Amino acid sequence: MAKITLDNLAHSYLPNPGSEDDFALKELNHDWDDGAAYALLGSSGCGKSTLLNIISGLLHPSQGRILFDGKDVTHAPTAERNIAQVFQFPVVYDTMTVHDNLAFPLRNRGRDESYVAERVQEIARMIGMEEMLRKKARGLTADAKQKISLGRGMVRKDVNALLFDEPLTVIDPHMKWELRTQLKQLHHDFGHTMIYVTHDQTEALTFADKVVVMYDGRVVQIGTPEELFERPEHTFVGYFIGSPGMNVIPARIDGNKAYVNGSYVELAQGYKPLDGKVEIGVRPEFAKLSQTEGLPVKVRRVEDVGRHKIIRAEFFGSDIHIIAGEDDHISADMNRVTFDPTRVNVYANDWRVNGEAA
Amino acid sequence: MEKTVNQKAWFLVLPVLLLVAFSAVIPLMTVVNYSVQDTFGNNQFFWAGLGWFEKMLRSERMWDALGRQLMFSGIILAIEIPLGIFVALNMPKSGFWSSFCLVLMSLPLLIPWNVVGTIWQIFGRVDIGLLGYTLDALGINYNYTQDILAAWVTIIVMDVWHWTSLVALLAFAGLKSIPDAYYQAAKIDQASRWKVFRFIELPKMMGVLMIAILLRFMDSFMIYTEPFVVTGGGPGNATTLLSIDLVKMALGQFDLGPAAAFSIMYFLVILLISWVFYTVMTNLDKREG
Repeated sequence: MAKITLDNLAHSYLPNPGSEDDFALKELNHDWDDGAAYALLGSSGCGKSTLLNIISGLLHPSQGRILFDGKDVTHAPTAERNIAQVFQFPVVYDTMTVHDNLAFPLRNRGRDESYVAERVQEIARMIGMEEMLRKKARGLTADAKQKISLGRGMVRKDVNALLFDEPLTVIDPHMKWELRTQLKQLHHDFGHTMIYVTHDQTEALTFADKVVVMYDGRVVQIGTPEELFERPEHTFVGYFIGSPGMNVIPARIDGNKAYVNGSYVELAQGYKPLDGKVEIGVRPEFAKLSQTEGLPVKVRRVEDVGRHKIIRAEFFGSDIHIIAGEDDHISADMNRVTFDPTRVNVYANDWRVNGEAA
Repeated sequence: MEKTVNQKAWFLVLPVLLLVAFSAVIPLMTVVNYSVQDTFGNNQFFWAGLGWFEKMLRSERMWDALGRQLMFSGIILAIEIPLGIFVALNMPKSGFWSSFCLVLMSLPLLIPWNVVGTIWQIFGRVDIGLLGYTLDALGINYNYTQDILAAWVTIIVMDVWHWTSLVALLAFAGLKSIPDAYYQAAKIDQASRWKVFRFIELPKMMGVLMIAILLRFMDSFMIYTEPFVVTGGGPGNATTLLSIDLVKMALGQFDLGPAAAFSIMYFLVILLISWVFYTVMTNLDKREG
């Protein structure tokens, strides 16, 4: 177990990166606290796996350093870092039995057989494969194979960190939930530093203490699930987290009013004049349909998803989502929308701007 | 709906039947025909039953040739398969040098058999050949026309030179199909280089290696041109492999009956060994699953 420090870290797959666009992973400074569970969230190709592979030493960064408990391991091979990593697609050693697969990392480190046997039993129980230990790994289904991969990742107790690269992609939904719970349990019991890469927000929000959101090779926000929901620091975070995501509406800010096409929306705070692309962000949860107050909208469709209703509407030519309670009645003359002023965030060039008390 | 019956559809199969008949069935049946008859020339044939088969089975000459043949195939397989895998493992995986290696290695495969034979025949000559002359100058006694060992070494090295590329190319294709994640997982699991080979690369290459072994076995078992051009089966009968012996018997001595019986048994032996090999390998595969 160790604190992992990223110091000015950046990576490019090109031999001579020029502009910032050449970097798959843009400059990054971050401490991964010892024993915390992190989720690394972002869409495909945003640099999540690159970051993970740099931490595990499968990839050497183009610049910057990586430290484990203050010790520079930037150029140390994977073996020295003592890290466990589980990949998106199952990797099993076909010709070995399930037992030997699980025992492999321990045997490679020269642990004695009695310890290996005990540990393998324990892990097999955890992943529910005790019955299959004597079987060859070759004929198993994809999710059984992935469970073996997970088991191999967890079999070593003394690892510095456990890295998961979208490990549950190929697993059945109900098993997904169960395995995720077990991973959390494991984290709770042994306190390993865990980094869990995913593009599934539910997975990230349920697994992690802290969620790291990445966008286009950059970490845009690190925070608790709550913070990500209430104060997205970047429009991407707002859009990516939440279902549906945050409404982002172009606006002009003047003091504590945001003007959208001539009409205005009240803000809880005042803002200095802003340059560049200015937008306001409102989560669908904090928008409300009304007959009398607010700005005009044209309701397109109402979807009842069970716990609540999602209203898709047109708002000055762009799409907007509104969430209404399950029992709220939506009538045909509801053609105005109001926003909760305290929940409206202001963004300049995609980054959130702090207001001043009004 | 009622099924329409149209027997004319059989005509569509006819071209294939004709083709197979002319290319395989008729020639094979001619051989079968010869193998049960005897002739004293003048195109007069007499029924001989299974006499030729009996005679050939008792013929020391055939058993000797078969022994030499098995030894030849065994040796070249034992060299070419591991060597091919070794070459494939050490080839650049991508980029210019990878293509360069692939082209370079395909070259021997493109050279016609008798040209390969001629190249090595000259290459090994003590008076004008680079190899033979050099060895001779170094004081090594090398003369493939007189020395049995030298003759064997020459035809084996020649075959290895000609065909290892095939094994290497197949093994390389097998290696290329292994996803990166396997190597990464092995690194995480701290597997040694040997274990990566033993538990990842070798199992993933098994399919193509099986094809390589089968192809090389069948080809080497039927080899004729190259050793014939280099040694002509000599010195003595030392390098007279099955097909060289067969041609001597059929065309040299014009013993059509025995040669035909010989051919049929030769064919059956290849079929049998290939079948046994294939069945054993696929069963191994299934049992592991």
